[in-house]
Amino acid sequence: MSEQRSTTEANRLRNGDETPLLNIDDLQVHFNTEEGTVEALDGVSLTIGRDEVLGVIGESGCGKSVTALSTMGLLQSPPAEIVGGSITYDGTELLDLSDEELNEIRGDEITMIYQDPMSSLNPVLTIGHQVKEPLLAHRDVSEDEAHERAVEMLESVGLADAERLMTEYPDALSGGMRQRVVIAMALITEPKLLIADEPTTALDVTIQAQIMDLLTDLREEFEMSVLFISHDLAVISEIADRIGVMYAGNVVEQCEMRTLFESPLHPYTRKLAESIPSLEGDTDRLPTIEGTVPELINPPSGCRFAGRCPQYIGEVCDTVEPPLETPSGIEGDQKVACHLYDEQRGEDPPWPVGEEAGGTDGVARTEGVDGS
Amino acid sequence: MSSDTHHDMTDDARTDGGTATATDGSEAVSDTGPATGRIARSKVVFMRVMQNRFAVFGLMVVLLLLFTAIFADFIAPYEPAEQNYNALKEPPSLDHPFGTDQYGRDVFSRVVYGSRYAVFLGVVIVGIEMLLGVTLGLVAGYYGGLIESTIMRVVDIALSMPALVLALAIAGMLGGGLFPLIVAVSLVGWRGFARLVRGDVKSVMEEEYIDSAEAAGLSDFRTISRYVLPNAASSIIVYATLTIPTVILWSAGLSFLGMGVQPPKPEWGAILAAGRGEIDDAWWIATFPGLAIMVTVIGFNGLGDGLRDALDPRQVR
Repeated sequence: MSEQRSTTEANRLRNGDETPLLNIDDLQVHFNTEEGTVEALDGVSLTIGRDEVLGVIGESGCGKSVTALSTMGLLQSPPAEIVGGSITYDGTELLDLSDEELNEIRGDEITMIYQDPMSSLNPVLTIGHQVKEPLLAHRDVSEDEAHERAVEMLESVGLADAERLMTEYPDALSGGMRQRVVIAMALITEPKLLIADEPTTALDVTIQAQIMDLLTDLREEFEMSVLFISHDLAVISEIADRIGVMYAGNVVEQCEMRTLFESPLHPYTRKLAESIPSLEGDTDRLPTIEGTVPELINPPSGCRFAGRCPQYIGEVCDTVEPPLETPSGIEGDQKVACHLYDEQRGEDPPWPVGEEAGGTDGVARTEGVDGS
Repeated sequence: MSSDTHHDMTDDARTDGGTATATDGSEAVSDTGPATGRIARSKVVFMRVMQNRFAVFGLMVVLLLLFTAIFADFIAPYEPAEQNYNALKEPPSLDHPFGTDQYGRDVFSRVVYGSRYAVFLGVVIVGIEMLLGVTLGLVAGYYGGLIESTIMRVVDIALSMPALVLALAIAGMLGGGLFPLIVAVSLVGWRGFARLVRGDVKSVMEEEYIDSAEAAGLSDFRTISRYVLPNAASSIIVYATLTIPTVILWSAGLSFLGMGVQPPKPEWGAILAAGRGEIDDAWWIATFPGLAIMVTVIGFNGLGDGLRDALDPRQVR
């Protein structure tokens, strides 16, 4: 973890005050369904710096994948509709680009790894064909050069006997191997930004650890930024420099990875950290968050967490949507969307900010948080 | 992951293919290097077809038909239109294995030459049907929305017309003959292809590898040609194989009704029609072209069934 920290700091020094690589600002996405309009994203703001890994954590249906797909321009529309906001990549507004213009960027500078390696490879094309595909589609390379690059790439994702694998079909490979192939495909164009949408969720735990190690190594090697989406806090904490916590279509907190464990500001984040099972003490029940995620069709006005919030402070929570900003008195770039930190309140949050939150350095899955 | 695991995995996965190739003689395999990927896969499909007796019979019939059509000049003892007034309506004999017709033409030679019509019509018409149907089905399934609705409504309208009446009307309007026959039968058959392909494409579109192709920034054409079409191909192949006999039947049927290939051309349906009146005193004139049609249709059906089982092993038989 400390190693991770130092690289982040080094990066910040190196990059100075450059513009972020990807800036998602106030993104609003609605899904028009027969039951009504699902307000899937309600003003999501995230930034990813150069050579930085941003983890995004949240429960199922909180809008993690929608955020990723919006960035890639891959939302199915209809039913999806981007109602507002902006996504700028390296100074370019992605939402203004046509599909053809987007095709220049996606698969080349921005690539994506999907959740399930069993279904994200084309069963009728050989591994070689598929790994070469992005190169042939985006670069002016000969078939031979592409082949050579593909073999190199397969080797660098830790696949032995790469030359033979090139002629193999996906069904001859195990899940872990396939995910390595998917990663090779995603990295062969040396992208600046990799979007990893729960890349280890479909894998078993040992393979998951190997893939995480691989991603951590490759990320250093290729000096790319990563948007890493997961519902598994333990997995995210392995790789992320910073983290964005999403809840019901909002980003409720964005901070350094370590800060999340040490001094979470948002009540939801704090509950998340608390729900990490501890090895000490003998509790019968795992801590959970009371209640359930609100419906996103006609969502409650104000803070979407208000109904479950243990620090509910009254009317303001139900009526005013809290903006995501750095509260006064907090150092660094930690941002939170909560009325507890409104300036005019001037009160301290009901827990010591900045101190050790206590016994939270462990493993948490937000699945366990889902109130039941 | 250690490299050992890879070897274990791939070796395991290979054993199905491996046993199949082993029975095939290992010399051939070692010549072309280790049987991986595509080669191993086509071998597996071939072996599966060979395990099905009906399919093997079908394959043999189809091969025999192709052989006959190609080498008709050498197989047929007489010219198809050669008349011999010394041998009218002769029953089958060594000289005339299928007998002769009312003009003294050798029925065997005519049936042999007729295989050319069967093969030609089967291939050309199914080709046209595929071109039309697969293209429309692909476009409809891939793009969806208004494009899909429009195409599929056209298909629905086309499907609402009774096939035989439609074919007869078209062939009649165009005046009978080979070309009208091709147009008429093609316009009847493409509808099925369009429906089938559109459905298959829609299910393929749900797969994650299509998303990943889009995420890789591939053009529509590349996505369709490399990801969508190949994944829908096996059912297209099977459907095409099973459509060939239908097309041969339809062609023979239209020719029989006088709307297709005209006598004295040796098309099976036309021969059958000409021999129909003589069935009482020269049964062989109508019987042998009829048998040829029957065997061909059964053969293609057998091959099609076998291919379907081989290409989709999960399907319950």
